[in-house]
Amino acid sequence: MKHFTQDHPLCHDFLKGAKKALDDDRLQAQLARSLKDGFQKKRLKGMSRLPEYQDLRDRAKAIKTHTLKNLDQYLEQFEAQVIKAGGQVHWARDDKEAAKIIVDICKSVDAKTVTKGKSMISEEIGLNAQLRKNGIEPIETDLGEYIIQLRDEPPSHIIAPAFHISKEQVAETFHEHHKNQKPGRDLSEPTSLVHEAREELRQKFLNADVGITGANVLIAESGTALIVTNEGNGDLTQCLPPVHIAITSIEKVVPTLDDADTVLRLLARTATGQEMSVYTTFFTGAKRTEDLDGPEQFHMVLLDNRRSELLGGPLHDVLSCIRCGACINHCPIYGKVSGHAYGWVYPGPIGSILTPHFVGVDEAHLLPNACTMCGRCEEVCPVRIPLPTLLRTWRNRAYDAGHPGGVQRLSLNIWAWFAKRPSLYRMLMRPAVLALRLMGKLRPFDLPAPQGSTFMDRYKGGER
Amino acid sequence: MNDIQTPTIGLFVTCMVDLMRPSVGFAALRLLDRAGAKVVVPEKQTCCGQPAFNSGDVKNAKAIAKQVIEAFEGFDHVVAPSGSCTGMIAKHYPDLFKDEPTWKTRAENLSARTFELTAYLADHLNLDDSLATFNHTVTYHDSCASRRELGVLDQPRKLLGAVDGLSLKELADTETCCGFGGLFSVKFPDVSNAITKTKTDLVNDTGADVLLGADLGCLVNQSGKLKKSGSKVRVFHIAEVLAGMADGPGIEGIEE
Repeated sequence: MKHFTQDHPLCHDFLKGAKKALDDDRLQAQLARSLKDGFQKKRLKGMSRLPEYQDLRDRAKAIKTHTLKNLDQYLEQFEAQVIKAGGQVHWARDDKEAAKIIVDICKSVDAKTVTKGKSMISEEIGLNAQLRKNGIEPIETDLGEYIIQLRDEPPSHIIAPAFHISKEQVAETFHEHHKNQKPGRDLSEPTSLVHEAREELRQKFLNADVGITGANVLIAESGTALIVTNEGNGDLTQCLPPVHIAITSIEKVVPTLDDADTVLRLLARTATGQEMSVYTTFFTGAKRTEDLDGPEQFHMVLLDNRRSELLGGPLHDVLSCIRCGACINHCPIYGKVSGHAYGWVYPGPIGSILTPHFVGVDEAHLLPNACTMCGRCEEVCPVRIPLPTLLRTWRNRAYDAGHPGGVQRLSLNIWAWFAKRPSLYRMLMRPAVLALRLMGKLRPFDLPAPQGSTFMDRYKGGER
Repeated sequence: MNDIQTPTIGLFVTCMVDLMRPSVGFAALRLLDRAGAKVVVPEKQTCCGQPAFNSGDVKNAKAIAKQVIEAFEGFDHVVAPSGSCTGMIAKHYPDLFKDEPTWKTRAENLSARTFELTAYLADHLNLDDSLATFNHTVTYHDSCASRRELGVLDQPRKLLGAVDGLSLKELADTETCCGFGGLFSVKFPDVSNAITKTKTDLVNDTGADVLLGADLGCLVNQSGKLKKSGSKVRVFHIAEVLAGMADGPGIEGIEE
């Protein structure tokens, strides 16, 4: 099965992707280990050290609500401050426009290679494919992104892109691709993997003509783009090349440094249980005359991609997302099918809300339905997004668009026709009991058999 | 609630109990009688409408919800032996009618009168007396709807505390869904099976010989997997144990 790409989603193949994941024992072991004993436990630990965690959630939600209500104002303020700090701001209506803006900047400085920090927005706009098409080599520098770039795979998680790959598989990949390293070397320890990746990447950092990063938060009052990483690769990407391009989507802006601080206090704790990520970098404008280093040019690309259409609508709250990945880490479905099964850039509950908006409900109608409505995503969301309600909005839209069709829709309609007519429904239940009892005996499914006649029949017969 | 001396309760049987496990309905009747209520089973009920609601079929979901609202008008309380159906009626009906003020008011009125069985019993039964005897080690499955939509967690445990001979061994990872999800298990059987397998492994790990819960959907789902895997764990609805009616075969079909 081929992987999806940004312009070739495979959401309609969710069942196939899920089956493939379920049949992959190595992946299943990896998921069980990294989710329950990894992300979930770490989040609990992170929360337990912060008594005001719940208050912080309310504060973050209030900040997001306020900002989204005044989004135009804060974006303009942000733009003005970036320009004041010597940067340039580019507004991109959609994925193609954003990719073109970035490619054009790279061409204007005759760029051959660009280093990249981890950015889901760059996945959303299919940036790497566009760069390559124009003869520019993108080099992913986040370790996870670097690994999946070597393997030619899309990310399977928004904060841990190589989440689906075990360290043994990483070693195999390095042996295959790092031709200049000693054959047969020992790569069994994670530290040896990290050392080797660092060695391979160091010269690429120094040679890059342009550095491209995302931004986790934008601060309107100062024109600052903020990134969090655990590897420091973002800083090398921002500071070493002569040109730095940051790309993010418009809803990442908050009014003040204090507001950004609230988001930061929640982000790492909820994502990985860390109090802070190892590196938190505030980036404001281009190199000033008194600065010792930094890029000569700073470009901020702000992507809408129809997010503004969501403002004030039934899916409005999804714009509050700070991309911590907690909903993904706690989703029982994701925990079995992993990220690729979702068939596009954003997996898990948050992805099942975003993806239909970007690729259309005909392509992605299975995603909001691939959910047991257990509600754990909403419970762990640091900004209290009512994810099940938003998923339901998509279910309603999918149904109106004819999904499911065929036998599923017909069966539902027949069932509903009876459910609206209690006395006929009772008559239908009698053969249903018999059929289920037979099935319970033959067990084509793992279904137990009904007890006997229905409650209603027995109750009417005077039983109490 | 206290101003009503002998409240009239409408029992919402639930379609799963009606079809699969009538004894749960009779157990609920017995327990509510014991709680001093006058219990009636309105005839105009079928299902709460979740299959339509969860499929995005708002029109049919509303039609079925209206039928439930009408059937249960006039009762002091409405009780259902299921967190999932209670959540549908009490939490989702008002949302469903957010654009129809008259029906929204009626839905909110019903919502305020609707209770999940264990929550109702914990408030209304005298738990100083023994409710029943059940000489087994049991484990308890909290349904996601009970836990998250209704916040019902302590009540079933309080009730089980009043059963002689019963010892409770809690499940690990009880926050995680059992993989049923109604039509989810029909539309995505492979994924559902895999989630359920993880859950039933944990049920087996407790060493309990009986699995209890208050949602028949979750229990039917898990009982099938348990039996298929050769587990000796028997499965009952908590109401059956509380009413002293758990001496026959469990939901999975194994007799004691």
